[in-house]
Amino acid sequence: MAYSEKVIDHFNNPKNVGTLDKSKKNVGTGLVGAPECGDVMRLQIQVNEESGLIEDAKFKTFGCGSAIASSSLATEWLKGKTVDQALEIDNMEIVEELALPPVKIHCSVLAEDAIKTAINDYRVKQGLEPIKMNEHH
Amino acid sequence: MVQFPIYLDNNATTPLDPRVLEAMLPYFTNKFGNAASRNHAFGWDAEEAVDYAREQIAAIVNANPKEIIFTSGATESNNLAIKGVAEMYAAKGNHIITVNTEHKAVLDACRHLEKQGLKVTYLEPAGDGLIDLKELENAITDKTILVTIMYGNNEIGVVQPIREISAIAKKHGVLFHTDATQAVGKIPVDVIADGIDIMSFSAHKMYGPKGVGALFVRRKNPRVKVTAQIDGGGHERGMRSGTLNVPGIVGFGKACEICRLEMTEEAARLSKMRDQLEKELLTLEESYVNGNVAHRLPHVSNISFKFVEGEGLMMKVKNIAVSSGSACTSASLEPSYVLKNLGLDDELAHSSLRFGLGRFTTQEEIDYAIDYVKKAVTDLRELSPLWEMFKDGIDLKSVVWQDH
Repeated sequence: MAYSEKVIDHFNNPKNVGTLDKSKKNVGTGLVGAPECGDVMRLQIQVNEESGLIEDAKFKTFGCGSAIASSSLATEWLKGKTVDQALEIDNMEIVEELALPPVKIHCSVLAEDAIKTAINDYRVKQGLEPIKMNEHH
Repeated sequence: MVQFPIYLDNNATTPLDPRVLEAMLPYFTNKFGNAASRNHAFGWDAEEAVDYAREQIAAIVNANPKEIIFTSGATESNNLAIKGVAEMYAAKGNHIITVNTEHKAVLDACRHLEKQGLKVTYLEPAGDGLIDLKELENAITDKTILVTIMYGNNEIGVVQPIREISAIAKKHGVLFHTDATQAVGKIPVDVIADGIDIMSFSAHKMYGPKGVGALFVRRKNPRVKVTAQIDGGGHERGMRSGTLNVPGIVGFGKACEICRLEMTEEAARLSKMRDQLEKELLTLEESYVNGNVAHRLPHVSNISFKFVEGEGLMMKVKNIAVSSGSACTSASLEPSYVLKNLGLDDELAHSSLRFGLGRFTTQEEIDYAIDYVKKAVTDLRELSPLWEMFKDGIDLKSVVWQDH
């Protein structure tokens, strides 16, 4: 399969790999996918409680190059955004940025789900209602 | 100086040995005759070359040259053997026994016959890839006409107990065919000592050209016949019509001769490097060899690395050309059926790599591959949430996954 240069770059030099302390009240964690499907993404955000901005984002992904690149890109985009702005990230933006082929669109869907799941985890910790997840699939 | 990518996929195909190419070249140009032309020197030269190659090919498997039928390759040989026996011996019975880890050329030929009403038993090997001889014997009925079980497996290299299998078939008066594509030229194969009635093999797995293979069809004790699947001029004792691929056959002959003379030394050299590669890669935690290691081709190693994903792994090891149990380029997510039929779960089947060493593999290449694959697996595990969970002592089977 021919990967785009951006996918290859994120794959070879993934950004923001790591783990945040999920017990913290200002950290939201999203774990999506399943091992038998070949993709598991864990995406975490850390929100600055004064500014309301996402001050850090980390990921770990078990999956193909496109899945790793999608989550790496997502963490880049998340940093510096408010939680509400982060909710606006659409999987098709990831598809366009990474030039993902049709068989790899599910990787971007998974990344969007990981963002929203992480945000919901954060919202619940803050005593807020979880937002409704899109039904892509 | 190591050149990239390093070729470690010699079970898929092998490069042509330069000595083979040299033998073939005249038969593309000035010795271009049709081996079936009986009236002039062009034909005689071609026929003589084919006869000589037939002797070289027969010699490597201890057959009589008259027992060698040329085909386009092992897929055609398997089809001719299985469909040809089914048709020729239809009056005797309608049952075939095979194994569910055979090559697709065998399994799909069997499925084709099933659609026509034949009965096929698919034996299930143990977790190490070896079949149970008792199960084989129990599967034989008075309607069984053929047992077809491969010599050495293409994905895991496991070598079946061929002599025991052929003895069981013989005891019950059933013909025995073996797909020996991965074995001939790599380990000693002897159709007499091994009790083989019909056998498929191919040139391009043993440093010969693509597009030429053979079917050994025993001529006595018992005399075996297969119904031709390609009709025409009645070449190859009426079992396979079509103008012979003279340069290909000459190359096949030369390839067999080289393998026959160099096999022992080559197998020792390759198995030493294979064992080193395997031992080193198994120092990685949670890595597992697939298939029985005591009954195995000398140049193959198939290893699964838990907690890394197959497609990502293939992308990470792009400096080496290997095969993966992951069907990553297709839209299907189904991993290798061979590994699944050994009882591996999807994850382990997906995260496997098959290393196939060959005549031109060097020690430097293996040294490089060891460090390179170790680093790739370690890097991907650093990225893997599953590895982190495993290291934290979380049982992944107990996790409720948000499935897609």
